[in-house]
Amino acid sequence: MSNEDGRQDAEQKEMASKAYADVHQDEEEAAKGTTRLKIFRGDAEGGSEVEYELPLIEGMVVLDAVLYVQAHQAGDLAVRWNCKAAHCGSCSAEINGKPKLLCKTRVEEYEGQEIRVHPMRAFPVIKDLVSDVSWNYEVARSTIPFQSDEQAPFIMYEEDVERLYEPKKCIECFMCQDVCHVLRTHHKHPEFAGPRSFVRNQWLEMHPKDIESRVEWLKEGRGGIGYCNITKCCTEVCPVDIHITDNSIIPLKERVADEYYDPAKWLMRKIRGRRSPKTGQIVGRNGNRNGG
Amino acid sequence: METNGSRYSHEVREHDVLIIGAGGAGLRAAIAATERGLSVGVVSKSLLGKAHTVMAEGGVAAALGNVDPDDGWQTHFMDTLRSGKFLNNWQMVETFTKEAPDRVYELEQWGALFNRTEEGKISQRAFGGHTYRRLCHVGDRTGLEMIRTLQERTLATDTRVYMETTVTRLFKNDEGRVVGALAYTRESGRFIHFKAKAVIMATGGWGRIYKVTSNSWEGTGDGCVLAYDAGAELVDMEMVQFHPTGMVWPPGVRGLLVTEGVRGEGGVLRNSEGERYMENYDPEKMELSTRDVVARANYTEVTEGRGSPHGGVYLDITHLGYNGIMKKLPTMYEQFKNLADIDISQEPMEVFPTIHYVMGGIKVDPETCETNVPGLFAAGESAGGLHGANRLGGNSLSDLLVFGRRAGEGAAEYVKSNGYSTEIDSSQLDTEKQRVLEPLERQDGENPYELQQQVQEAMMEHANLMRNEDSLREGLEKILAVKERVPNVKAQGSTLFNPGWHTAQDVRYLTQISEIILCTALQRTEQRGAQWRLDYDGPDDELGKINFIVKKDEQGEIGIERREIPPMPEHLSRLFDEG
Repeated sequence: MSNEDGRQDAEQKEMASKAYADVHQDEEEAAKGTTRLKIFRGDAEGGSEVEYELPLIEGMVVLDAVLYVQAHQAGDLAVRWNCKAAHCGSCSAEINGKPKLLCKTRVEEYEGQEIRVHPMRAFPVIKDLVSDVSWNYEVARSTIPFQSDEQAPFIMYEEDVERLYEPKKCIECFMCQDVCHVLRTHHKHPEFAGPRSFVRNQWLEMHPKDIESRVEWLKEGRGGIGYCNITKCCTEVCPVDIHITDNSIIPLKERVADEYYDPAKWLMRKIRGRRSPKTGQIVGRNGNRNGG
Repeated sequence: METNGSRYSHEVREHDVLIIGAGGAGLRAAIAATERGLSVGVVSKSLLGKAHTVMAEGGVAAALGNVDPDDGWQTHFMDTLRSGKFLNNWQMVETFTKEAPDRVYELEQWGALFNRTEEGKISQRAFGGHTYRRLCHVGDRTGLEMIRTLQERTLATDTRVYMETTVTRLFKNDEGRVVGALAYTRESGRFIHFKAKAVIMATGGWGRIYKVTSNSWEGTGDGCVLAYDAGAELVDMEMVQFHPTGMVWPPGVRGLLVTEGVRGEGGVLRNSEGERYMENYDPEKMELSTRDVVARANYTEVTEGRGSPHGGVYLDITHLGYNGIMKKLPTMYEQFKNLADIDISQEPMEVFPTIHYVMGGIKVDPETCETNVPGLFAAGESAGGLHGANRLGGNSLSDLLVFGRRAGEGAAEYVKSNGYSTEIDSSQLDTEKQRVLEPLERQDGENPYELQQQVQEAMMEHANLMRNEDSLREGLEKILAVKERVPNVKAQGSTLFNPGWHTAQDVRYLTQISEIILCTALQRTEQRGAQWRLDYDGPDDELGKINFIVKKDEQGEIGIERREIPPMPEHLSRLFDEG
């Protein structure tokens, strides 16, 4: 073997060792003692809290803890999650009675306290930490969708659309729905669309190229915005910091008030049907091509 | 509701087109097929709007030329092929680059909002491997904007969405056409027999075969394996993309994506010695080199001992300042602040490659997205061919739109011109229901979570971004050992929302896909794009002319064919001569 070959061989060997990636630089090493978690176990028929003990790993979020229990102690423990990065809004549940994204809530935040994890309460429980949120999608289906009479590409300037970015951040975690007392306490699900829906209606109403009006839907239709008495509970729980009450609900309420309680507009509506506040076009009484 | 007389009842749902998967590709396909007046059902393992599309941050690549007027489909075409090391299906790339702009404008027509230029047009940002600023974006949450727009558009149609429903098998009729599927609802375990004249796979990728990944639990490769079982050809399965920048600390968030938008906005990579090391790997493109190159650079710096305390490299965006970051990369700011106690406007991030995307997948017709199995279509990440050996950032979102629509239209065309029976022999149904329920009925057996973990660790160790024959063979042995145990998994509890039972289904997909990846990675004995064999030097020109095509053979084993890539027609090859 020549020197040249020998060197290549040695290089090859050293390089080749990198084809085995290190997978065992482990979580276990980062364990800092143990932690305890009380998790609701049960279904629509009822249930109770069960306590689990598990290794506490540095930086661990409550979702990590729940998934650890699932993999090692209770294989059928039901929990929803997807992205694990607070982008998808799947892992909403209640920790010590408050709605939280499990993936964004660190276990260390509760040092010296109990951690009690329950499903969201404003919706029917399916099993363990999973509740039936399908109602939110029914509300979404009834919402009057975006409609423009212009052909894209649109010319729109930053200053025209800036205020739309905030409501469009919504990740549909439904925690605002969960905490809203109109739904949570008074169960007005059939006649109140809830904060999530108002956030969507806000950007739709304020989009410079949209020609629909949702005022009637909000006031007399599925929206039921009058039920909201702006207690700001929704704003407080929003994980992406949407100022739901100030920036979504109040402007929509103002729009409703303008349309309904301005006597001139009221008379006009009686005589001619409703006029879109944005375009001045007269739109149908129902305004919704897809059924409300 | 219709049931049969067997032990376990099931519902029957009939649609012209059944779409499996409700991410960007599935929803765009649903809109296309519904617009053609067909009855469409969309099945999703998760709730609507939670698909992995939501995690795409950087943007949608389309040559609008809003910021750099010289951009056009031709440049996008060349960038995509160069990045894919010419393994791409050039016909798909041509269609893709020509149609992407219209698909973006269509989203705007449906209410999507992108950041604007001073002239009021859609703004575009720089990204790795793209010659011009090409990614249409809204901050760092472009995927959210896209899936929300498609979801709202879908809900405004008659498309029927079956949320939290898992498909376990495709059914074929006597003629060998795909005519439906069996599924169960995750909530209760109730079976549904979907009768459909055509089925579209839009099930995404399989990052969950690895321990550290940016993928959610859903990315288990169901669609790819179901199609393979039905006789479909797969292409480029050895090609797995490692995103150069995933989070490394704390342990719970290891692998979480740090958007390429950070580098697009001028983020700089440094090692522990403070060296801007990309100069040694790609002095021309630096941090904005293609993902395969940057990922290998980051991996190499760490393995050669120039890494950060938690085993990463440093990614620095502090030059943008707090206000700039909150405008361009607000999600990243929040992610690091909340999960790692790091203020990225003050200090650099620690990052390391994370498994992000699969270039390989179900082989489809470039025009209609039909597979070699009649009645079966595929689009999005679950399909292969567009990206070749390495995907450019931003090309996946436009892929979903362009080929999602084409699959929807292709399936609609197929349904309208064919009147095949969707009837199948009822014994097919009974056998499958029995198989799906076995993990619950077995007295004892293997823990599905343990098998899952063993697959993930084996793939992490042996099919990482540097590979060699010994390691791949060792990985294959480990995977085959797990595969043998899969038929003996045991799930505790009932069919009521039971993740253990769901995981018992998934491990079959994980082992099958892993085996296919290892076998093809053993055959591609060269360094090309994402496939980097340390026991071979550089690219092999002969292997550059072929794709590895995988198909289940008559014995039920993995059959691998070397299929020549047809030569590019003159109007396309000329572009490279000129440019």
